[in-house]
Amino acid sequence: MTVTAADAHKGKSAGLFSLVTLGATPSGTVRGGLQIASLLLPLLAWAAIASLGLVDEKFLPSPAAVFKSLASMAESGILFQDIVASTGRVFAGFLLATVLAVPIGICMGVYPAICALCEPLIAMLRYMPAAAFIPLLIIYLGIGEEPKIALIFLGTIYFNILMVMDAVKFVPKELIETTLTLGGRSRQVLVQVVARYSLPSIIDTLRINIATSWNLVVVAELVAAEVGLGKRIQLAQRFFRTDQIFAELIVLGLIGFAIDMGFRLLLRLSCRWAV
Amino acid sequence: MELSVQNLSKRYGDKTVLKGINFSMQSGDFVTFVGSSGCGKSTLLRLIAGLDQPSSGSIHVDGSPVQAPGPDRGMVFQKYSLYPWLNAADNVAFGMRLQGLKPADVRERTAYFLEVVGLQEAATKLPRELSGGMQQRVAIARALATNPSVLLLDEPFGALDLQIRETMQDFLFKLWQRTGLTVLLITHDVEEALVLAQRVYVLAPNPGRIIRSLDVNLNKGDLDKLRLSGEFLQLRRSLSGSLRQLESTVG
Repeated sequence: MTVTAADAHKGKSAGLFSLVTLGATPSGTVRGGLQIASLLLPLLAWAAIASLGLVDEKFLPSPAAVFKSLASMAESGILFQDIVASTGRVFAGFLLATVLAVPIGICMGVYPAICALCEPLIAMLRYMPAAAFIPLLIIYLGIGEEPKIALIFLGTIYFNILMVMDAVKFVPKELIETTLTLGGRSRQVLVQVVARYSLPSIIDTLRINIATSWNLVVVAELVAAEVGLGKRIQLAQRFFRTDQIFAELIVLGLIGFAIDMGFRLLLRLSCRWAV
Repeated sequence: MELSVQNLSKRYGDKTVLKGINFSMQSGDFVTFVGSSGCGKSTLLRLIAGLDQPSSGSIHVDGSPVQAPGPDRGMVFQKYSLYPWLNAADNVAFGMRLQGLKPADVRERTAYFLEVVGLQEAATKLPRELSGGMQQRVAIARALATNPSVLLLDEPFGALDLQIRETMQDFLFKLWQRTGLTVLLITHDVEEALVLAQRVYVLAPNPGRIIRSLDVNLNKGDLDKLRLSGEFLQLRRSLSGSLRQLESTVG
């Protein structure tokens, strides 16, 4: 195969191969087309398999059946109730984990002594699977909202701390020292320079880690819950409603995607200087 | 103002970075330290700024010992000198705001110092929209805005292209003439040291020490002419010679 970079840029002579040449940059339209195909192709494949009857409908419902099930859940209000319950838990747990993790991470990033004191403990706690805490959380907190929020909190705080700490280490030393020579006190340096400089990376950290919260909320609801997207999936299994399971999975994916886009938008709006 | 450095030494572990540094400067002086990398010139500046503590010896500004960084010793680094999220005006205002100056005063002084460095047009531009030379001018304006008694410059033009470096030297020299600043600049560039300073100290490495001091009595009416004048070139050769000699002994 002899595809030169020049060919790849033209994107014609070498056809599809040119798209996977190192250093090749496809045009905006090509990239947009590929991004649409990324979602459209699996959907088409799914529709084709369902309509050809290759798999029993009980196991793989058709897109139409899933959509119908989604519509009826939306109509009855169940869907909205579930979404509110699940996102509420995610935001409560994740917010708590963020409010604590950001200052701790910043202090660990700036002060080597604090880092030495905290890092070994956090590095170990991080490897204890959050789901393994569920029995303890139920014993301590019962089966209400608290253990679910606590699970999300435990599942994300350590990652948040360590990633904020890493982000802070990228603040140029010169910027901190310049601030000191301008008469800045420690608190001013931490808040107005270190936190501000790291803000884009911190937002990105949160964007990545909230996905974990979103995974954990389903786990939490499988154990004990009245409402919630995860709970609904469990109920649907009991009645062999695979169409409902598919519908809920798609909703989970869409909300997660929306949260991701929300963080990207937040980054663009709040840190124009960094994007 | 008097900055006086007495018998200053700095060790990191076994390595002696600076040994027995003595010098002093008064209000309005322009002093440069020239030396190759590793001669401890940055360490010297950091000690004076209060960003590092000496192993022995002392640094006094107007009779009081330097213990910590403070706005009486404004500092400009070679790189990462600006807050990237703030525009030029807000960068200049930053130090004054840290110290809680009244907003009206901050606004007035910001406008004044942007004008001093010739950047009133760029007030609302972000650092990344400014050229390297403009960024360093903003950094100098910011340091001046807190009214320091001495301006410490750590290879401020070292990251700039050669042509722009000369323009910036001219800018700094005129700024110094116009405002009566007190400037302590370190550089590895012999020409830069000679063009700017009234007094040049040559630092030798291992351990960092002053091996030569030189008063520069040249006619600095026209810096472009100065750079080509025989007297200047002779001094420059002589200083370069001192530095090269060191290299051969260090190997």
